[in-house]
Amino acid sequence: MYKVKVYITLRESVLDPQGTAVKRALATHGYEGIQEVRIGKYMELTLDESVKDVDAAVKEMCERLLANTVIEDYRYEVEEVVAQ
Amino acid sequence: MKFAVIVFPGSNCDIDMYHAVKDELGEEAEYVWHDAESLEDYDAVLLPGGFSYGDYLRSGAIAQFSNVMKEVVKAAEAGKPVLGVCNGFQILLEAGLLPGAMRRNDSLKFICKQVELKIENNETMFSAGYRKGEVITIPVAHGEGNYYCDDQTLAKLKKNNQIVFTYNGENPNGSLENIAGIINERGNVLGMMPHPERAVDTLLGGADGLQLFRSIVKQWREANAVNA
Repeated sequence: MYKVKVYITLRESVLDPQGTAVKRALATHGYEGIQEVRIGKYMELTLDESVKDVDAAVKEMCERLLANTVIEDYRYEVEEVVAQ
Repeated sequence: MKFAVIVFPGSNCDIDMYHAVKDELGEEAEYVWHDAESLEDYDAVLLPGGFSYGDYLRSGAIAQFSNVMKEVVKAAEAGKPVLGVCNGFQILLEAGLLPGAMRRNDSLKFICKQVELKIENNETMFSAGYRKGEVITIPVAHGEGNYYCDDQTLAKLKKNNQIVFTYNGENPNGSLENIAGIINERGNVLGMMPHPERAVDTLLGGADGLQLFRSIVKQWREANAVNA
């Protein structure tokens, strides 16, 4: 089995209004030195052994559905889980 | 002329679309469920606003893979008028029928109010009934209408005159270049955030949206009269 962690964030060139609001809120609470806050999505996928090329499969899922590559970047980590 | 009003789970402006076409214009209209296999019987396709599939993941992201969207793509390729309003616009973007993407409104608020729209291009089958530069009043109701595209796409939109509506005066959502509605290169797929179907009766606040539906019908009648 594979555990896949997918992180999706707005591209650097795209303004993140939520992140900007949170950054301001943190400053209001007295936290200093915060240069930027970017808000994104985190997803966990569990794939079974029938998926042959996990890397290619996850990449395709990200490109086709999980991320909108016009405004979002994605990255992922694959962890192989061995049944005990 | 026969319109298909596509209904996804979570659509909520379908009845307004139907009402605009059927009751105000006296044209034929039918609701078509998201799992429909064909749109061949229809002359035009309307994608209504709402929250298809709960807006899960992103607005319009799940709807783009519904059965009927393959048929919407076919209708667009056949040159039939395809109008996406609000969530319908978001679905057209996700499906790649129009370029760009939607971000959250820059205020982070859901905005529901009347806005002024400027007609930037009146040489489309959707906007021919307006004058170029005319300012009309139509309501918006959305949380994600902050249109974005890269510089290259924007240059192309401008070059091809694909920006049909812009917000006049105040921009409610922070969209790039005040964009409120764009059309594809071929000129038969229009996406817009404001709701023309909610502005078809002066008793209910205004009828500035009616001309858009009239334009579609007029263009269709003229085209079919030539063919007949």
